[in-house]
Amino acid sequence: MRLYWNYFLMEFKSQMQYKVSFFLTMTGQFLTAFTSFLGIRFLFDKISGVDDFSYGQVLLCFSVVMMSFSIGELAGGGLATFPGLLRNGELDRILVRPRSIILQIIMPNMDFSRLGLLLQAIIVLGIAIPVSGVVWTWKKALVFCLMVACGSVVFFCLFLLVAAFAFFTVQSLDFLNIFTYGMRAFGKYPFSVYGEAVLKVLTFVIPLALIQYYPLLYLLDRETGFWFMAAPLLSLLFVIPCRWFYRFGLRHYQSTGS
Amino acid sequence: MRATCKVYFSMFRIRFVHNLQYRAVVLGSILKGFFWALMEILGYLAIYRVGGDLLPMELSATVTYVWAHQSLIVLFSVVFGDEEIYSAIRTGEVAYDLTRPVSIYGRWFCQAASNRLSFTLINCLPVLALGAMLPKPYGLTLPASVSQLLMTAVSLMLAFGVTVATAMLMYFSLFYLISQRGIKIIVRITTSFFSGGVIPLPFFPKTLQRVVTLLPFGSMQNVPLQILCGSLSGPEAVRSIGLQVFWLTALVFAGWFAMGHATKKVVAFGG
Repeated sequence: MRLYWNYFLMEFKSQMQYKVSFFLTMTGQFLTAFTSFLGIRFLFDKISGVDDFSYGQVLLCFSVVMMSFSIGELAGGGLATFPGLLRNGELDRILVRPRSIILQIIMPNMDFSRLGLLLQAIIVLGIAIPVSGVVWTWKKALVFCLMVACGSVVFFCLFLLVAAFAFFTVQSLDFLNIFTYGMRAFGKYPFSVYGEAVLKVLTFVIPLALIQYYPLLYLLDRETGFWFMAAPLLSLLFVIPCRWFYRFGLRHYQSTGS
Repeated sequence: MRATCKVYFSMFRIRFVHNLQYRAVVLGSILKGFFWALMEILGYLAIYRVGGDLLPMELSATVTYVWAHQSLIVLFSVVFGDEEIYSAIRTGEVAYDLTRPVSIYGRWFCQAASNRLSFTLINCLPVLALGAMLPKPYGLTLPASVSQLLMTAVSLMLAFGVTVATAMLMYFSLFYLISQRGIKIIVRITTSFFSGGVIPLPFFPKTLQRVVTLLPFGSMQNVPLQILCGSLSGPEAVRSIGLQVFWLTALVFAGWFAMGHATKKVVAFGG
């Protein structure tokens, strides 16, 4: 554990050495989220809502997904280096060390400028809460925290899944970005607006609707069932297939040699 | 002149063949573009269900805009993986490039243009074709008249030129600034947002829209996409194309000037 903490600290300190560079990148990340927020803002200047969700409720979705994404990416974004590590044989060096492989890849590749996204998501949350029409209770606050926490786990798993595909393809596959960066973009609306089919996929295959749409209905008092409240916890089941797939890929791994 | 053209053309051919090598990757980006556009359209359909008549663009126009935007996204990105250029600036290899008998402006301009063009031809145009095959509310509407098609084509080329000329300005700014990553993200976000990459410019508030249209951002993808989907036509479209010509000339001159300034005193990092 100490080892990983040292890794973490070392990385943080080294990124802080280049302050201008760090803050510029962070500003860029902030602007990424800010422009998509402006996009929603401008659209909702002209219309009142989407399906039966109001502007405030859309913003609530936006901030939940954005927060989950930024935390998940902060932890798992380093896995994007995976195809590169495979190609240059660096992974072999990591494999022989008696420590967790995932952590060895994640820790030195943490990118703290991604906190810029999180910052913007928190600001949007501040705008959303008073206009969303949610009557807050302790239970709902808990559900909200679960949405963000479990959402981060799901996004982390998605990054892991994308990385694990590289075991088979060596090159990184652009298509899979639709589940990471794509979902960050599309998560701004409750997933039900995309229609029945998309909602089904996002419930049973990639459980992002479980951290966004179903608990949102609970927050809005439209559904009071226990399952709507516990939906974020159910999404954690996604960890199992991802972990299995990663293991499977690792067993399948033959060095690219060099 | 003919020799220079040949150099530039072979640069394009190398890039094109290189991109064709990884077929799984090509298929992956086609699928991604297709589903990305489809999701965006499903989102817009939901918005139009509620407030369709309150929005400044027809539904079919917006759908066409989304398809064209998604398939030409690389052609019109100011920041794209021009790794050769970035690393030449970062490592100081540019000093070596400066000794070549081809001007660095022309060389980089062509390199940047062929990177984008070859990627678009292989990975993105199939998306446009798929979009044209889909049925009515989801599919792309083709231009109704020859003149509209012609104007789209002309303004497409101009917009491409404006995009690459802006990218050139960014490269020369990297001679002075060391944080490539930060600059790249900021430039990418601002250019994409103000050229209509997040939502089409007609959805912007009126005053902001008027200002942005006059800036170089407005002369990028905004014009060809709007002409294609029919929300910009007649004398207004001609005026926009005129503005594109102005910005293209202005940006190329500015880039030329910036190059002179940046390369007068190249400080290469170590060696």
